[in-house]
Amino acid sequence: MDLSSINPVLLVASIMISATPILLAAIGEMVVEKSGVLNLGVEGMMITGAVVGFAAAVGTSSPEVGFVAAAVAGAALSLVFALLTQVFLSNQVATGLGLTLAGLGLSSLLGKPYEGMKSPTLPKLDIPVLSDLPVVGRMLFSHDMMVYLSMVLVLAVWAFLKFTRAGLILKAVGESHESAHALGYKVVRIRVAAIVFGGACAGLGGAYISLVRVPQWTEGMTAGAGWIALAIVVFASWRAGRVMIGAYLFGGVTVLQLNLQAAGAKVPVALLSASPYLVTIIVLVIISARGAHAAPASLGRSFHATR
Amino acid sequence: MGDTLLSLKGLTKAYPGVVANDDVSFDIRPGEIHALLGENGAGKSTLVKMIYGLVKPDQGQMTLKGAPYTPAEPRAARAAGVAMVFQHFSLFDALTVAENVALGMENPPKPRDLARQIRDVSEAYGLPLEPGRVVGTLSAGERQRVEIIRCLLQNPRLLIMDEPTSVLTPQEVDILFQTLRQLRAEGTSILYISHKLEEIRALCDTATILRLGKKVATCTPADTTARELAEMMVGASFNTPEPKPRDKGAVLLQVEGLSLAAPGNFGTPLRDISFQVHAGEILGIGGVAGNGQDELLAALSGERRSMAQSVWLAETAVGAMGPVKRRALGLLCAPEERLGHAAAPDLSLTENAFLTAAKRQDLTKRGLIRWGEARNFADKIIKAFDVRTPSAATAARALSGGNLQKFVIGREILQRPRVLVVNQPTWGVDAAAAAAIRQALLDLAASGAAIVVISQDLDELMEVSDRFGALNEGRLSVIHPVETLTLDQIGLMMGGAHDMEVAHAHA
Amino acid sequence: MIRLEKRPQPSKAWIWSAPIVAVLLTMIVGGLMFMALGSDPFEAIRTIFWDPMFHPQFAAYSRPQLLVKAGPLILIAIGLSIGFRAGIWNIGAEGQYIIGAVCGAAAGLAFYPSDSIWIFPLMVLCGILGGWVWAMIPALLKVKFGTNEILVSLMLVYVAQNVLNSVASGLLRNPEGMGFPGSRNFKQWDAAHNSELLMNTGMHWGVVAAFIAVLGAYVLMSQHILGFQIRLSGEAPRAARFAGVNPSRIIVFCLGLAGALAGAAGLFEATGPAGQITTTFNAGYGFTAIIVAFLGRLHPVGILLAGLLMALTYIGGELAQLMLGLPGASIQLFQGMLLFFLLAVDVFTNYRLALTGKETV
Repeated sequence: MDLSSINPVLLVASIMISATPILLAAIGEMVVEKSGVLNLGVEGMMITGAVVGFAAAVGTSSPEVGFVAAAVAGAALSLVFALLTQVFLSNQVATGLGLTLAGLGLSSLLGKPYEGMKSPTLPKLDIPVLSDLPVVGRMLFSHDMMVYLSMVLVLAVWAFLKFTRAGLILKAVGESHESAHALGYKVVRIRVAAIVFGGACAGLGGAYISLVRVPQWTEGMTAGAGWIALAIVVFASWRAGRVMIGAYLFGGVTVLQLNLQAAGAKVPVALLSASPYLVTIIVLVIISARGAHAAPASLGRSFHATR
Repeated sequence: MGDTLLSLKGLTKAYPGVVANDDVSFDIRPGEIHALLGENGAGKSTLVKMIYGLVKPDQGQMTLKGAPYTPAEPRAARAAGVAMVFQHFSLFDALTVAENVALGMENPPKPRDLARQIRDVSEAYGLPLEPGRVVGTLSAGERQRVEIIRCLLQNPRLLIMDEPTSVLTPQEVDILFQTLRQLRAEGTSILYISHKLEEIRALCDTATILRLGKKVATCTPADTTARELAEMMVGASFNTPEPKPRDKGAVLLQVEGLSLAAPGNFGTPLRDISFQVHAGEILGIGGVAGNGQDELLAALSGERRSMAQSVWLAETAVGAMGPVKRRALGLLCAPEERLGHAAAPDLSLTENAFLTAAKRQDLTKRGLIRWGEARNFADKIIKAFDVRTPSAATAARALSGGNLQKFVIGREILQRPRVLVVNQPTWGVDAAAAAAIRQALLDLAASGAAIVVISQDLDELMEVSDRFGALNEGRLSVIHPVETLTLDQIGLMMGGAHDMEVAHAHA
Repeated sequence: MIRLEKRPQPSKAWIWSAPIVAVLLTMIVGGLMFMALGSDPFEAIRTIFWDPMFHPQFAAYSRPQLLVKAGPLILIAIGLSIGFRAGIWNIGAEGQYIIGAVCGAAAGLAFYPSDSIWIFPLMVLCGILGGWVWAMIPALLKVKFGTNEILVSLMLVYVAQNVLNSVASGLLRNPEGMGFPGSRNFKQWDAAHNSELLMNTGMHWGVVAAFIAVLGAYVLMSQHILGFQIRLSGEAPRAARFAGVNPSRIIVFCLGLAGALAGAAGLFEATGPAGQITTTFNAGYGFTAIIVAFLGRLHPVGILLAGLLMALTYIGGELAQLMLGLPGASIQLFQGMLLFFLLAVDVFTNYRLALTGKETV
């Protein structure tokens, strides 16, 4: 095989691009889980965001409008989840699965007319001075707006959870909804807000795939990215900084295996294509074997105020 | 009305099927400790939840300092100067003391100022507490301090305390009472909820007694005997258990050097526990909640296994066996948590009878369940232990606490155990049911079984047990015959004899 | 104000009427969706729910399809439901289904063109084993390390799909297939063909297996101590440990059974209706079966009915595509909606609506 065909500058740059959608979805889901809710519908919200974002971008010739529309679509779908789990007290696992299945159906229905089309994509945002640096400039500082936005989002979530009162309340609700309720906090409202935030983030992540990374619409194009985002939250032990590390790690594996395939490595193609999923499993095993998960104590439990 | 802080008039609250509070009226004066006395289910909790804004009354009014008081939510109550320490703490295990305190305040100061304030207040009231500690690592007594300090930082005019001493050692109770008296001296009123008569007589200025949702009387506890208070609280007389003369037989249960690591992050490890129980004898094990009671029960039931030689049932080493084998040999248990541990909430009583009785009552045949037999056994328990339920097909969660507890204890007793271990057999159970359960335990001992009663209710332990030991941080104290013990001694045993919080308090 | 109030025990009436209400609600909202797509809602609903059985022209073709489609759905859903009852969330049935089919087909093709009567039983056995092994991966990881079985089983679907892509164009490719991906066609090899047992009924061995699974699951869950332990583990894990149930055993059993049944379903499908191993022979049954399991209240008889209903919507969806030009994906959404409505209506099994005064929650 010919490893010299792999350009390290392009490699790092493409790792950032392939990590961004997972990062967006994962940081959103982390906030949801911090509030004590397990939404397994990330994949469904991502793919819906992907198709809605694509359609809106094509329709308006503006990728920015596409991203906004995708965030709204993801949030709208997550509201269904919020309604079912927070008001109708349905099982979160089943509802999340249902959301994924419905999202996949909805997206292929909406996406039919858009197959094979091209969309406008986001312009590169060259950061002044930094992007002119040799090597590092093109590697790190010559990306589109969403790459930076995703990083800002991680930072914002980190600061929100660490320094703000609202962040403390969110953690408290996820830790013990009975106690939070007894102190007079509106458990359901806080959780719905977190769920909607997570939905919007997943929508953005999906749109990044269809508008920047590919950029095209094909059925089922998220290909498990939403599930990997869920795994990354576990991997990160519910910490924002580690979510970023996790997303870039998986972005790296994905890009590397594509590069190896292109370079004609003497490894079965099936194994290379499956490697992001296999790596996810291996990482999950390592994390769980180490114990000490730090999962929010009320994660996945329904809350119903009884008096 | 000048010397009334909070006045309740005709408060009524009904839930489907029960009237929790029926036309309750009384006044709380500034700077008094006012007891709210009643049995479990008398309506104490509902009443304080109305005062704290968690529940809205159907009828009646409240006035605070002469002005109408209608808190829509706890936040409003706190703003009006009403604070509450819950019986089941509203704390967050994974967060620090300071974060927990901040969550209970309307406008918490900056973290650094808050930490200082916590230290100041905790020193001023003799309740030492480190703001940076994670709450999950604190003892029950320390956790209560977090709750109290959270309230005190808001300078409440009325502090509500719901069964505060149920998790404390006698020495810790003394510290708490000092704190409460200090608060009273400073002009804070305290609404003190309890069913412990002696406490109320020692601490409170006034007592209001509730029975079945209605106010029975308001009186001065110092001028009333404990017996009179008890009669007002319970209303009807009930059988107090009678010990029967029992013959002590051979050793049936022997625990030798039992040590087990803590289960999970916030559990208690068991450290080198040893004791023996003879046939016909009841061993009482006391201790403050969270000192290894659950862990000890799990180690005896077989839910957690130890070295084979750590637990002996008569001549058999059972430490390494699982629950099924131990049960087959005659070692039966009834854990504290009725719903979810001793019984599955959504399964019927028949299914719950099958849960532990499958083998001893021969309820299976080649793996297939003999549902008819299981149902008969469930009916037998219901009849023998007077379990009030529509039928054996009813889900466990539909039963009241007392009835389910009778069912759980009955299920084990009717299997004729050689050794029975029970944890908190009468917790949250009405007095009549509690008396029935204690009597059943005494009868079982009289018939030659060895019994271990783990409980946080000292009165109960003194009543039923022959010998007494206490758990402290997973260690078992030396065991003494009950007749020889004084309350002080018991307190020292529960406090672990060496490191005592008393030292801090008196210093 | 209206609020929910917990029932002292689950309502028997709602347990059975909730799915019916959910189906009706789905018909109404689905009809509105079809209207938005430009079709007559009544015609669309009739095409989906009525015509597959009774249309004068198409029913003769579509009626047998009912069992063909319901067979694998029921077989997989029965396996899943037992795990779901125990709180074990195997959502990777699609992967177990694919690997079962691949293993079974490989075992058979190794003996091509033998006409021994043992070929087909051998393939079934290997299909079961393949699915079982694939499900053992999340099971053992959960038992050994406490790894989340939801994520692992789902990741393994993507791995299985890659394995399928690889073998369909490599190891198992038909040497006489002129280089096209896909295995030999089992319909042209009697010893390995899972043929229709009764003419024009759609009945094949997979359907027979599904009926046996329904019966077996019913006995297991209602009469056998293992079934009781499975339910107990799901309802109250602590009570299960107190009763002496070994959680590891339950995990291995539930995942193993689900994998074995899904693997068998895959093999029956590949050797029967699909006819060969191709990169797309799996029609997403492994995921739809999750809906079937919930729609059937995780109860064997319920799953039987739900499987038939879901099969009907598949066939009806195809008819609607053909006759009304409705997009194929709309039926997928329709199925998702059905699950959502069921989950929403389900609240009334354990809660009832209560009218209260000015109560705040």
